[in-house]
Amino acid sequence: MKEYVMIIISAVLINNFVLVRFLGICPFIGVSKKIETAIGMSAAVIFVITLASTLTFLINKYFLIPEPTNIFYILSGAKIENLKNFDFRFMQTIVFILSIATLVQLVEMAIKKYSPGLYQALGIFLPLITTNCAVLGVAIINVQDSVLSQSLLKSILNGIGAAVGFGIALIIMSGLREKFEYLPIPKPLKGVPIALITAGILSLCFMGFSGIK
Amino acid sequence: MNNLLKEFFKGFIKENPVLVLLLGLCPTLAVTTSAINGLAMGLAATVVLICSNVIISALKKTIPDNVRIPAFIVIIASFVTMIDLVMSAYFPEIHKTLGLFIPLIVVNCIILGRAEAFASKNNIFVSFLDGAGMGLGFALALTCIGAIREIIGNGTLFDISLLSDSFQPALLMVLPPGGFFTLAFLLFLLNLKKK
Repeated sequence: MKEYVMIIISAVLINNFVLVRFLGICPFIGVSKKIETAIGMSAAVIFVITLASTLTFLINKYFLIPEPTNIFYILSGAKIENLKNFDFRFMQTIVFILSIATLVQLVEMAIKKYSPGLYQALGIFLPLITTNCAVLGVAIINVQDSVLSQSLLKSILNGIGAAVGFGIALIIMSGLREKFEYLPIPKPLKGVPIALITAGILSLCFMGFSGIK
Repeated sequence: MNNLLKEFFKGFIKENPVLVLLLGLCPTLAVTTSAINGLAMGLAATVVLICSNVIISALKKTIPDNVRIPAFIVIIASFVTMIDLVMSAYFPEIHKTLGLFIPLIVVNCIILGRAEAFASKNNIFVSFLDGAGMGLGFALALTCIGAIREIIGNGTLFDISLLSDSFQPALLMVLPPGGFFTLAFLLFLLNLKKK
């Protein structure tokens, strides 16, 4: 149990995806001007990352790694000593990005059909998520990390933690940036430079969490 | 000839992908803890960008319009996988430091952006020049940021000690916040000059 709590705390605070690991900086700077859009984006990211970490974990386990669970190995009926011929891990990048892109597309179509209300709220953010490096980043971290790659549950928890951490950072940032409208910021600093300085100070704050062990 | 030179050099300053267009910020901030890391990341992205621009430009009539984005992603991902394998074979140390950010070149907006905005509309040679210019501009920006962070945070440049022993390195600059501060400072300088 303690292990699972640690995975979540580590992903949300200690190794915050945006502020410590630098994944998903583009939407972090791009859609953090208003709180409403930040909340919509965070919800969409949590949804997609949870599905994507489940999907990529299963694909990796049953199609790519040279274990007795590999479907190609089972279908070919090869001997156990030839198992190493079924190592398709070099395909991870291509397979993961394609499955994420397909998943986002399917989710978009499904939401549009069955829940128009949710589509109104999340629709415009979904296409942006395919190229959000946090999604592919979680998938790759899940299969490379020796602890997380052990079980599906751990991978999913890491995914949820990462997405929640992204959401927290994005919402804090948008709250601050809304206030900037009323402040006399020098003209050369307006827009992205002041946002980056704020992000730097936030990142400094989040480094305080690295003491949690 | 002048036009071709312009296509090549526009990525360096005028349309610098990082400092002007603000694309590809994740690797820009994450790997630039030293100048050599920034340079390696920039060059890896340049190779992918040149190859993908050339191939996409060559195939622009073959790829149907409504599946062009997935097609571009597959082409880019293939080259990223190649670079990943080549680097892990010949430069294992740099490959280890850059780690996660090599496969993440796939979702670097600069590469997909150039494919969509330039290579799918222009001929092979011009696309090659555009890819090379944009890629080297990216490498230039990353090396600059890496150099600033390495000098202030560690007192060295390309692992050569520059400052005297009495210099106290500001460790903050090689930690994550330093990346945000350095990029903010560079953008501030550019804005100041523009005005």
